[in-house]
Amino acid sequence: MKRTIAIVGASLAGLSAARALRDQSYDGTIIAIGAERHEPYDRPPLSKDFLTGAMAAADLALGAPDEDLDVQWRLGVPAVRLSAADRSITLADGDEIRVDGVIVATGSRARPLPGTGGLEGVHTLRTLDDAIALRSDLTAGRRLVVIGAGFIGAEVASSARSLDLDVTVVEALPTPLAGALGVEMGAICAGLHADHGVRLLTGVGVARLAGSSRVEAVELADGTRLPADVVVVGIGAQPNVEWLANSGLEIAGGVVTDATGATNLPGVVATGDCAVSYRPYTGASVRNEHWTHALEHPATAVATLLGSATAPRRPGSDVPYFWSDQYGVRIQFAGHREEGDPVRVVEGDPDQRSFLAVYERDGRPVAVLGLNQPRLFTRWRRQLRTPDQAALSAS
Amino acid sequence: MQPVCPLSAIPRGEAFRWDVEPPVAIFHTEDGEVFAIDDTCTHQDASLADGWLEGCEVECPLHASRFDLRTGKVDAPPAKKPVRTHGVEVIDGVVHVGLSDEEPNLPPSMATNNEAK
Repeated sequence: MKRTIAIVGASLAGLSAARALRDQSYDGTIIAIGAERHEPYDRPPLSKDFLTGAMAAADLALGAPDEDLDVQWRLGVPAVRLSAADRSITLADGDEIRVDGVIVATGSRARPLPGTGGLEGVHTLRTLDDAIALRSDLTAGRRLVVIGAGFIGAEVASSARSLDLDVTVVEALPTPLAGALGVEMGAICAGLHADHGVRLLTGVGVARLAGSSRVEAVELADGTRLPADVVVVGIGAQPNVEWLANSGLEIAGGVVTDATGATNLPGVVATGDCAVSYRPYTGASVRNEHWTHALEHPATAVATLLGSATAPRRPGSDVPYFWSDQYGVRIQFAGHREEGDPVRVVEGDPDQRSFLAVYERDGRPVAVLGLNQPRLFTRWRRQLRTPDQAALSAS
Repeated sequence: MQPVCPLSAIPRGEAFRWDVEPPVAIFHTEDGEVFAIDDTCTHQDASLADGWLEGCEVECPLHASRFDLRTGKVDAPPAKKPVRTHGVEVIDGVVHVGLSDEEPNLPPSMATNNEAK
């Protein structure tokens, strides 16, 4: 009898898993379950070219037109329960699917700001439907307040500015992006807002949103009142793992896996944003929300599920990587920095918003940041290796 | 065929971005071969000349799509469409390129921008 594998989650990680199953010669049935009604699409442009109108919804499709993965898509119906005992998945419409293997790739969702539900004009941005709703609200001359100066918030601010909105960004931390880039480089990136006429208020929290049916203002903890026609909340993401309660899967801020995607249950692997996975380069278990991780890690998880031997991963493929496009500046970061790692600019000039900076630990480069330096950045990124790999190649 | 640059200007393992419209990337591989393909990744706006050259394959510096320099075909997603390949000849140490007359597969964001102009 043919085997059946369910991929729960139909975004980048889910599609990459389907591709990996076929690449690794799996010829059984594949059922892909997605909470959204759309076929897999690319999320990064949602805060950038899609918001500004440079890309249309059709341009976001991840699947190639001539690609035939022979997948049974179950879209618009989230999975609500996984039963480990008989390896069955229950869908929101009541359907129950019995399978031989499960790839959990349910991703994450935007974290809401407590107490802000129900007001018109208040948005989060995670899905295509979110982006469609936000886009229709971003009309020239309106006042936009972005809560959170992380990458999503900064990209939305940049896109809205290019659409001639009046934009203010509010960040609770003293320095935006300090967690990812450190205080020094976070401050330089945050300077992009002022370069382009966007106000940035830091070190101040949001007390409440004012308005009756539609939002009228954002009131800050220090008493400041920011009039607003549109508000975007960009304060991070949380994993979609509630449906796995009582499944027997170990959950701790995400589905806990080893580096290969194996969970504590046989026949169940997890990958992408929803998984907390051990990462050799980082030397710790982390929930990785990066796009590149969702593109590349599913092949490893699929090999674990199938028990197949795969080609060794390319050197450096374990090194975390992300990018952001803001105000026409391309920001790229690879590696892993820790508090106290010194950083120095090795090329270019931060004031020109074009430079390359390297973070070091024990005299060894551990992370690299580039602004508008893609060629140099690629070279440095390729030099980053996990300590074990570095030791092996040195011996 | 048009003369572009001396081959000596492109060390092995490196690439040169030729500013024609749309731009062309000329690669000099570690094995000493020379290839010319469209410089702009078909997925999103990124210069493949800034990418990572490995054998006869280039990896986009932004999202890791990989293209075969010999055929222009996609070896790894997220790109879905191939880049064009162009004719190359090295004559007396000078790289000459004969541009393809096919339609380029520009990324959606750039195609839209061009229409708007």
